[in-house]
Amino acid sequence: MKHTILILQPRNSVTIQGEKMSNNNWLTEAKNVAQGIRRQVLAHTIKNNGGYLSQACSSSEIWASLYTRILNISASEAPMIPAPFPGVPSAANKNYFTGQAYNGRKSPDLDRFFLSPVQYALVLYATLVEVGRMSPEGLAQFNTDGSTVEMIGAEHSPGHEITAGSLGQALSQVAGIAFARRKKGENGRNWVFMSDGEFQIGQTWEALEILSFYKLNNVAVIVDVNGQQADGAMKDVLNIEPLDERLKAFGAHVIKVDGNNIEEIVAASEVIPDGKPLVILAYTSPYCGIDLLQSRFPTLHYVRFKSEEERAQYTELLTELEAAL
Amino acid sequence: MKTMSRVHAKKLVEWAKDKPEVLVLSADLTSNTEVKLFREAYPDRFLSMGMTEQNIVSFAGGLAREGFVPFFHTFAIFIYRRALDQISMSVAYPNLKVRLVGFLPGIMTPGGATHQATDDIAILRALPNMTIVEPGDANEVAQVLDSIEDIDGPVYIRQLRGEVPILFDENEPMRLGRARPLREGSDITLFSSGICTEEAMRATAVLQKRGVSINHLHVSTHKPFTDPAILAAAGQPKYGVITMENHTIVGGLGSEVAEVMAEAGVGKKLVRIGLQDTYAHGASRPYLMRTHGLDAMALVQKAEKMVGEKLNISEEDLQSVRLQAMHSDAKAEAL
Repeated sequence: MKHTILILQPRNSVTIQGEKMSNNNWLTEAKNVAQGIRRQVLAHTIKNNGGYLSQACSSSEIWASLYTRILNISASEAPMIPAPFPGVPSAANKNYFTGQAYNGRKSPDLDRFFLSPVQYALVLYATLVEVGRMSPEGLAQFNTDGSTVEMIGAEHSPGHEITAGSLGQALSQVAGIAFARRKKGENGRNWVFMSDGEFQIGQTWEALEILSFYKLNNVAVIVDVNGQQADGAMKDVLNIEPLDERLKAFGAHVIKVDGNNIEEIVAASEVIPDGKPLVILAYTSPYCGIDLLQSRFPTLHYVRFKSEEERAQYTELLTELEAAL
Repeated sequence: MKTMSRVHAKKLVEWAKDKPEVLVLSADLTSNTEVKLFREAYPDRFLSMGMTEQNIVSFAGGLAREGFVPFFHTFAIFIYRRALDQISMSVAYPNLKVRLVGFLPGIMTPGGATHQATDDIAILRALPNMTIVEPGDANEVAQVLDSIEDIDGPVYIRQLRGEVPILFDENEPMRLGRARPLREGSDITLFSSGICTEEAMRATAVLQKRGVSINHLHVSTHKPFTDPAILAAAGQPKYGVITMENHTIVGGLGSEVAEVMAEAGVGKKLVRIGLQDTYAHGASRPYLMRTHGLDAMALVQKAEKMVGEKLNISEEDLQSVRLQAMHSDAKAEAL
């Protein structure tokens, strides 16, 4: 295997998967998980001279909130070290699996989780490591040939259940799943992580029309509103604000929160609107926790170091983060 | 020629009676795609989705993942052109049991280029995991549902609506992946599909009388295209092979046959009747079939050229042919 040199152990010594921590320490633990996610992605970015680092900065608190507090899911049922790619799905391929088992068993009363912008896959993998659902060796397989730990996640990738890489399709797929689950009398919620960029896409709004029309309040969306997309700042590429008013006009129950504040995210997640889908707009900073990134604004989609000097700066930061543990 | 009316509308209601997993999704074309009866019979299993085709295809994928079998009904054109990425990524890649029922194939509508699905087979045939079927008569319109029921993956049905002719014996149901032999002959092998089969049957009856014997097979499965009878028939004729389809000649039946022949090294001439790499426009079916050379007379002309002989067949000769439901081993005289 190519990347075996630098494998970070998860910071959390306790296994926190599969149970919501009910004691007063949950917030501290969640904050530690968020910091751990940043650290994992930073280490990865340094090691590979590139990575989706800004996405980790903006969304670490969202991921920590989801996996330590919000998602009502069971313990992982997947191998700690992901199995290799089983081949594409087909009638002849009986070995295909999805990465859903990392989010536990499917059960009528349990939640399901779906990642829509799978460019965040690296951040999801880092989260699975930090909460004890995947081993660090799994993250080390990232973007290596024959692995399911792909750069742009697909449904065989750990933590993934659907193929969402063509942006804007996940919400419709989840609407179908949520409709079906309600028809079967299932109570579990269906959580979707989305990016703000996806609200430029027509299909997203088609899906919202349907969620609203069929009163699918078992769908909850949490959006990383980091204001960034591949070309730069969204307000300059194609502005989508005021997003809350647009969403309300489409029949969603919208809650705006500071997306780098775990308590606010978790509080919003506890709302189950009457006959409306829930959309939590988590306004985040694309360089939260790594101030160095600010100098690269607005080109943050994929961070590749421009010089050894720059790389050294980030390595130094990683050392500081390690020391702070 | 006998016809049947609103075959799919009635069949779907009857067929889905004991299949609670079957859901129908409509994109604001409920009467137009013959699912109004279904809506009345099973309102809880009918989803009005509005004109959100991209959303509908992905949504259908979600339903299928949870064990339902969604039947998305709309005009063929709005399925594959508008939602191709969604078909590919939300349905075909994960090999989900979704039924895409597309109406008004090819030049069946006077709606013009925006409404005429003239390249649907070509485009959807390129998607792995897809199955593509196309009924050619009223009985097949009804039988197609049973023929694909066991396919645990996506199926595109190029469906016919309204008044549809009865061409085949209803006791010989459509079978997935099996071409239907309609006439035996040795001069030319002819493969036809969809509404072109009716035209072809008119022409072959007259051609036979003028001494040109034709081995005619009706093709109702475009993918998988693995029927050994097709390769066998393609290798036999004295003069060559003709394909005839209500679709562009690029990527449809003509290409399917060409691929099979080329890979097997069949050294026969192939003539493809169909839209000659062009869009059509808004006009009547007979006008468009004549203008684009998709009708019985077009086949006569191609056959004449292939055998190198003028046969002096008139339009009246073709129209006078009485088409009756055909048993597959019916003798030519039975026509």
